[in-house]
Amino acid sequence: MPKVVLSGTAVRRFTGGQTELEVKATTFRRLILELDQRFPGLGRQVEDGMAIAIDGTIYQDAYNAPLGADSEIYLIPRIGGG
Amino acid sequence: MTFIDKKSHLKVVGTRPIRPDGVEKVTGRAAFGADLAMPGMIFGKVKRSPHAHARIVSIKAEKALALPGVRAVVTSADFPNIPSEEAFVGEGPMNFRDLSRNCMARGKALYDGHAVAAVAATSEAIAAAALDLVEVEYEVLPHVIDVEDAMAADAPLLHDDLFTQGVDLKPAKPSNVAKRVHFELGDVTAGFREAEVVVEGRYATQPVHQAYIEPHACVASWNADGQSHVWTSSQGQFMVRAYCAKLLGMQIADLRVTPAEIGGGFGGKTLVYLEPVALLLSRKSGRPVKMVMSREEVFRGTGPTSGAVVEVKIGAKNDGRITAAQTVLKYQAGAFPGSPIGPGCMTGFAMYDLKNVDITGYDVVSNRPKVAAYRAPGAPIASFAVESAMDELARKLGMDPIALREKNAARDGTKAAYGPTLKDIGYVETLEAAKSHPHYQTKLGPNQGRGVASGFWFNIGGESSAAVHIAEDGTVAVVSGNPDIGGSRASMAMMAAEVLGIPVERVRPVVGDTSSIGYSFMTGGSRVTFATGMATIQATENVVEQLKKRAAMIWEISVDAVEWRDGAAYPAGPNAGDFDPLSLEAIAAKSAKTGGPIGSEISINAQGAGPGFATHICDVEVDKETGYVKILRYTAVQDVGRAIHPSYVEGQVQGGVAQGIGWALNEEYVYDTKGRLENPGFLDYRVPVASDLPMIEAVLVEVPNPKHPFGARGVGEVPIVPPMAAVANAIRDAIGIRMPNLPMSPPRVRAAIDKAAK
Repeated sequence: MPKVVLSGTAVRRFTGGQTELEVKATTFRRLILELDQRFPGLGRQVEDGMAIAIDGTIYQDAYNAPLGADSEIYLIPRIGGG
Repeated sequence: MTFIDKKSHLKVVGTRPIRPDGVEKVTGRAAFGADLAMPGMIFGKVKRSPHAHARIVSIKAEKALALPGVRAVVTSADFPNIPSEEAFVGEGPMNFRDLSRNCMARGKALYDGHAVAAVAATSEAIAAAALDLVEVEYEVLPHVIDVEDAMAADAPLLHDDLFTQGVDLKPAKPSNVAKRVHFELGDVTAGFREAEVVVEGRYATQPVHQAYIEPHACVASWNADGQSHVWTSSQGQFMVRAYCAKLLGMQIADLRVTPAEIGGGFGGKTLVYLEPVALLLSRKSGRPVKMVMSREEVFRGTGPTSGAVVEVKIGAKNDGRITAAQTVLKYQAGAFPGSPIGPGCMTGFAMYDLKNVDITGYDVVSNRPKVAAYRAPGAPIASFAVESAMDELARKLGMDPIALREKNAARDGTKAAYGPTLKDIGYVETLEAAKSHPHYQTKLGPNQGRGVASGFWFNIGGESSAAVHIAEDGTVAVVSGNPDIGGSRASMAMMAAEVLGIPVERVRPVVGDTSSIGYSFMTGGSRVTFATGMATIQATENVVEQLKKRAAMIWEISVDAVEWRDGAAYPAGPNAGDFDPLSLEAIAAKSAKTGGPIGSEISINAQGAGPGFATHICDVEVDKETGYVKILRYTAVQDVGRAIHPSYVEGQVQGGVAQGIGWALNEEYVYDTKGRLENPGFLDYRVPVASDLPMIEAVLVEVPNPKHPFGARGVGEVPIVPPMAAVANAIRDAIGIRMPNLPMSPPRVRAAIDKAAK
């Protein structure tokens, strides 16, 4: 199962401090749904305020980003710019 | 389109054609925000708070409205009182309630220059006179300007409903600290135990304005049927449409926004200030309303980037290998939460392969204008502190500063301090290019010094639209949805020309309004050449497929037996040599007979923007009598992926460096004891001018981004990240004194020299 790491403290309040989660999800969309089911409110927080880095590539607003079983997956604060 | 690995396969990308918007700009014909005039147009002006913090007891507009020529007065009572709603819709986290209250103060004025009312009149003079007739009664409140003062327990509170987020227990009391963020990797305590050398420092930066040459300006026309049109200079016509619709409760389709030519943004035009106000004045008056800020208003009423205090501690072994790194960053957000503290925390150490890192950040409100994005928001501040500390570490270790960075450099496979593993990056290549550059070998004279610093920025992709249309004569129009700030029209045209195999002069790029092209996220985040470029490439590829089909129809062969190269269709496979090639012009001339106009629009959400790294070398000479710092030579090495138009890329690098040098040496906001800004103009707020700077040499390192067909990665933000530390490190080298506080202006340098002499 893919392992997801929460980078930073922004969403750890939802998980009770847990920073690494094993998930069944195979896409970012399914990850949002699964997180919301396990930690109410976290899914929306992730969807609205976070990006996902999969094997070093950062995706933002990408429901279909694939989560591989062996992928390195980080949820990081969303990135903007100037 | 697959990634083109070999540069030799490219014919247009990488060349330096004349910019498509150049003649209009140098002849003064380009239409900027303030240039539009409409029949019946009247003029709007903003009344601004003279107090840093005050309760608005009452606003009386009767006398202003009685002045002949005055058509409307607007206050916060005319804005919908929208609830707190956080979103990430622009260049960072946004609360629409705060955005509304930043455009027009509601209940309290939170900084000197905060808009409290606006008037529209038949002339600018009448509007200005009417401002004096709008009567505002204030109850002046205690104020706080500086970040650490604002964090104090007894500091005046800006918002009684602001409770610190990101702490384990919800605080019982409100605070000016909006948020605490924390990142950690490994065990920093163990890392410092392992260290043989430790450096520590406290660094402070000042808020600096983006200092775009063109002040904010717009025209708004609200029609009787509720449909409205705004012409404005911004970094995103779709951003203006979305924000105005949200703030005014409009249906998005009822608002059309046309982008004017833009005279600089650098992140500062990623918000709305005047546009919603002009729309309301137009609705009330029934006339189109033009609003143009003065330079003083730009300084007092729009967002600079944060000022900050950053504490850094780095530990290393005697061979230079870093064992632990720690920072605490305190960023000013201005009057509402939302400093770039997140990216500040994530970028400071991103150049290095570190096992043990601990980063804590605070987002702090104070009685200053709400901050706005500024190139690589948050990163230059963090990097000033970290790269200054790295210089101190190199000195303590007796190491060459580039060698120290090479020893610890992030490479493909390095886990960044903020989590993910980096890949396809070119940081080491920038260090190698800097080390081997002749600049690094030249000898220095008396009172001269050399500094080195590096920087990182993520770069982003995002939603982007582009359309490609073939005219009857085979020339090409490319329409994109992003204001052209850094040369995107040229790069869109070049990428389309590359795919079509034709000279770029046959491709004409334009920027569409919100009704003529699909949604595009704003121009920012170094994203447009990468992301909108991908949309352009895909739209052009669709066009090529259509051209091949038309040729197949004319030749009566299968489309699979048609190849496209060098701007023409060729019969291939079993039909090779059966027909003369059909050029783009020839196919375009037959478009009506072969199925109609040829064109394609593509909308995508581009992913895979490659991060950018840079290493800068700066030489200075310090006049010990006056404290004046002269920049003698500056070389900026940057991994740019692949430069689509190298001259524009070099311009981005040079511009970022110039702004960074201003941040380092001169720029700061000066407030009096009442919290009033004392230097809201370019005479007293000193940005570098051409005579202050040497020719900045941009060295483009090309480590292609495999996620983009031509290898492009963002280039516009990284250049402003290293300069402050590069200059500070050069001053340290020249006079033996570390300057931890910006700006390193002549009085401060002179004071530091005097203090050291005692």
